[in-house]
Amino acid sequence: MPLSVVAMSGGIDMNTGLAAADAILRVEDLRVEFGGRAAVSEVTFELFAGETLGLVGESGSGKSTLARAILRLVPASKGSVVWRGRDLLACAPAALRALRRDLQIVFQDPLASLNPRMTVGETIAEPLRIFEPDRNARARRDRVAGMLERVGLAADVIGRYPHEFSGGQCQRIGIARAMILGPKLLICDEPVSSLDLSIQGQIVNLLLDLQCDVGTAMLFISHNLAVVRHLSHRILVMYSGRLVEIAPRDVLFASPLHPYTRALLAAVPGAPARDETTPPLRAPPVAEPPVRAAPADPAAPPPAPPSGCAFRDRCTYAVAVCQTTVPPLEETAAGHWTACHRAREFTAWPPQSRD
Amino acid sequence: MAPILSIDDLSVSFSQPKRSLFAVRQVSLDVAARECVAIVGESGSGKTQVFMAAMGLLAGNAAAAGSVRFEGGEILGAGPRQLNGIRGSKLTMIFQDPMTSLTPHLKIGTQLAEVLVCHAGASWSEARLAARRMLERVRVPEPERRLSQYPHELSGGLRQRVMIGMSLLCGPQLVIADEPTTALDVTVQAQIMDLLRAMREEVGMALVLISHDLGVVAGLADRILVMYAGRIVESAGSAELFRRARHPYTAALLNCIPSLSGPRLERLPTLPGQPPRPEDVLDGCAFAPRCPRAAERCRVERPLLTNENDGASRVACHFPLSP
Repeated sequence: MPLSVVAMSGGIDMNTGLAAADAILRVEDLRVEFGGRAAVSEVTFELFAGETLGLVGESGSGKSTLARAILRLVPASKGSVVWRGRDLLACAPAALRALRRDLQIVFQDPLASLNPRMTVGETIAEPLRIFEPDRNARARRDRVAGMLERVGLAADVIGRYPHEFSGGQCQRIGIARAMILGPKLLICDEPVSSLDLSIQGQIVNLLLDLQCDVGTAMLFISHNLAVVRHLSHRILVMYSGRLVEIAPRDVLFASPLHPYTRALLAAVPGAPARDETTPPLRAPPVAEPPVRAAPADPAAPPPAPPSGCAFRDRCTYAVAVCQTTVPPLEETAAGHWTACHRAREFTAWPPQSRD
Repeated sequence: MAPILSIDDLSVSFSQPKRSLFAVRQVSLDVAARECVAIVGESGSGKTQVFMAAMGLLAGNAAAAGSVRFEGGEILGAGPRQLNGIRGSKLTMIFQDPMTSLTPHLKIGTQLAEVLVCHAGASWSEARLAARRMLERVRVPEPERRLSQYPHELSGGLRQRVMIGMSLLCGPQLVIADEPTTALDVTVQAQIMDLLRAMREEVGMALVLISHDLGVVAGLADRILVMYAGRIVESAGSAELFRRARHPYTAALLNCIPSLSGPRLERLPTLPGQPPRPEDVLDGCAFAPRCPRAAERCRVERPLLTNENDGASRVACHFPLSP
């Protein structure tokens, strides 16, 4: 079955989140360290062909680092990233370069991710020049023109420079560059976070249209839960470098199990419903995240990693075991994984709080 | 009752080598005592510049025309002496990024106490005591320890609490909060909005909330003003605005907020096109090129802000949505 058919014909069972096809990307026990501190640890998940996986978490939770480690833009210190049977982390540079044609990324800051000295046409044509060097200039120009039209930019922008465009237009250029080779995996790292509300929807719809054309699998990173809800099949929630919950979209929003996921959902500010004057959801009692103090002496050994669950000090439901043992990610229902010692008690939310 | 802040026909332009760019065009608004007014608009709509003018903080190449009066005294053209008698004490501002608005090399206690020493003539020891009490009021845990810490040792949420505390030290009449939660994570954002709500009840100051996010201001504002391309296009009570927006731009913005509940849509609702740039010459309504209701009249004649319901709900549109 072609990839696009899997994506469009519901190859993914929305109830279990399990795909008929095999995973094209399998991340296992991935760990990334900066200066001896883990930014990402023990991350394991799979991504299926044509699937969109949403990745949410607060700033500093390791979302972007995870994305970059998958593409080997930052080095991982442990684990494997198996892309269609090959471990990207073990690939030789030449082999990796060839694989990159199928692995693309769109960044958060559209202007900063474009080369200011290259015209729009040169930027979008660059992947073609690198991966399809036999193509002549004319054929390349035609492909670029077709791509520009597909992302909703006028053909005459081809000779202009990034600074001449608005944020939303720059993001269209970045998307055109990422999609021109028809990649099999597109990582979107907060692609709409710096854009105005009226432009966000345009860009999200464009990504979905292109995904529909090409059958690309997507890892979509965002702190905006409503956007993630709109386009994901399954959702990963990250906290302090670890995955704390994985669930099919509707399951996550209907019955989140991890207390952090629950707090995240409740904290989203909402416009009151049009016909009522219900107040927006109030946040449950969650303390502020701890500050990561810089080590006073750079030569000093890094402090021992905290024991137990990283969320325990902000958690209303923490008990003794949370202080001592890191909760493992366990399957609490089909396709629903939670890293919380009390997850099984929470199936009927809300559980008894400790006080 | 006379308003605390009264802005009348304010325009702000920036001179550039070849031309002048208008960021704010003929904006008039009042803020009453104890009122919470939210100014909502997208980037470049001029919402921040209105209040930079009100604080006397416009950039060097900016020119302001019109009038901004705080407690009856004119702000535009006022000298630094007069401004400094108001700013930081009666009229204060909270910025988006608490890291860059705190001085990195001064301890939190020093920065807070300095406000009282400069503005209220307090002694350093009195001021330090008051600073400690203020940290307690804005729910900063371990206030005594925080006084001797530097800004980089605090989390973003705590820094914003310190900024809010600083803005309240002298018992201000009006606090202007410019995107106070935009740089913060959602769980922290909710806490900061709760704190602002509590402080309004305790201190009783008037509050201006500048934001790009209608959802964030919804729970706190009494009145919401929507800006587009440098002008106010709609002004209504908060509940009123969410129940029935009258300007097509407001309606489109509300429609664009992706929802966490309700049915999931096939496609996200969008607003086609781009907002106008400041250099664009606009004869008619600035929103006309993107507006589904636009007619010929909208392209030639600029709609004025109406006066309806005794000034409660106002809209600048030739063909507003029916109330």
